[in-house]
Amino acid sequence: MIKCENIFKSFDGRTILDNISVEFESGKTNLIIGRSGSGKTVLLKTLVGLHEPDSGSVFYDDKNYTALSFAERKEVRRELGMIFQGGALLDSSTVYENVRLPLDMFTNRSSAEKDKRVKECLERVELSHAGHLYPSELSGGMIKRAAIARAIVLNPKYLFCDEPNSGLDPQTSIVIDNLIRDITVEYNITTIINTHDMNSVMEIGDKIVYIHQGKKWWEGTKDDILSADNQELNDFVFASAMAKRAKRSL
Amino acid sequence: MKIFVNFFAAIGRYIQLMGKVFSRPEKANIYYRRILIEIDALGINSMPLVAIISIFIGAVIALQMGITLESPFIPKFMIGYATRETMTLEFSSTVIAIILAGKVGSNIASEIGTMRITEQIDALEIMGVNSASYLILPKVVAAVLFFPLLALFSMMIGTVGGYIIAAFTGIVLPAEYVEGLHYYFIPFEITYSLIKMAVFAFIITSISAFYGYSPKGNSLEVGRASTRAVVTSSITIMIFNLILTQLMLT
Repeated sequence: MIKCENIFKSFDGRTILDNISVEFESGKTNLIIGRSGSGKTVLLKTLVGLHEPDSGSVFYDDKNYTALSFAERKEVRRELGMIFQGGALLDSSTVYENVRLPLDMFTNRSSAEKDKRVKECLERVELSHAGHLYPSELSGGMIKRAAIARAIVLNPKYLFCDEPNSGLDPQTSIVIDNLIRDITVEYNITTIINTHDMNSVMEIGDKIVYIHQGKKWWEGTKDDILSADNQELNDFVFASAMAKRAKRSL
Repeated sequence: MKIFVNFFAAIGRYIQLMGKVFSRPEKANIYYRRILIEIDALGINSMPLVAIISIFIGAVIALQMGITLESPFIPKFMIGYATRETMTLEFSSTVIAIILAGKVGSNIASEIGTMRITEQIDALEIMGVNSASYLILPKVVAAVLFFPLLALFSMMIGTVGGYIIAAFTGIVLPAEYVEGLHYYFIPFEITYSLIKMAVFAFIITSISAFYGYSPKGNSLEVGRASTRAVVTSSITIMIFNLILTQLMLT
């Protein structure tokens, strides 16, 4: 279980997160949605500890993550996987080396075992053929899949994804969404995804949290979202003409 | 006043970063592999540049000495002596270090800076890797080990440059030039030069890595970090050159 309580965060006097408290559901796909600049990425990075909250706490299974020392946090971080917006693969390493790095750093497995695990993960994301390639030689979708492989190689308990569909075409977005959803179920992990893609919301969202101007405005399920009585949320969800037509036909 | 505050704040951040860099590595064998890679990238790749600059400077020093020391009271072998002394005491350590601050320093700052803005450093942190140590320590160790060898290499190539110009122009007989190279040779001068170069290697890599590790924002920030790295490294080298000379030679 991951939850945050009364999170405040500001940069240079500008409030980005304003008293956010959320509990994310274990073993489910949790989505944080909102417009660009609403504070989604800052919230996600605060959850994983890349940003320190000005006040408030983040809990992993009742362990107060914000109160842990640097060394204790490292232990928790080994249970996290994260997919960054741009993939964040190490440019100087091949896909294979990128996926293998966490195994090399944190396990005492034999080289053959590590090799087997890397190949399993690459196969899972359908990149068996691309292990020898460098990130600069990959398409956007392949970068995201390689990042997923790296994120799951140590069997994490929690998976964080920062706009996994950004910059991808609609078909590839669906492939990535399905992959994340399937992995969440297969590995029984708690997944938290930042997105403003309504397709993702309707396809894979178990729990949805809507952030607006740094505040939590709404939370619920994908079934609730279409009938929610929240003007800001409705403006966001039904922003496109097609969505508006769909809403009218309901 | 603000300049002093910023200056001491930067020194504080630098010391903090060095504390992270020199904390116990997660896996020694991975660091060992990375040191070898960095020796190749930072050291061996710099050899052609060092060779070209040293051979021409050695030749020019010999030529200038030939012109300057045209007096019947000054023996010709002094050209070889002056070339050796200039190369050993100052050029092969200090001037080569300034050149390496430009080549290697800007490379380190821009490489690490790009990793910062493309979230590669965040990705390492999320994995539980001490990113400062993983990225910076191998560079510092590789430079401290290899740059003194570059200084030795520069001394040899520089004196050979002087010999070649002596042989071709006839400003001094090659035998006299070689006699000058042997004249009043103090082995400690080599030790002094190598110690200086080891200190300069630490300055170049650590300061450049510090500036590279810091930027937040865009590619413009990376460019600025790279420039600041070269300027600060060069000035620091000059200050430490004076301090080390005072400590070791007087």
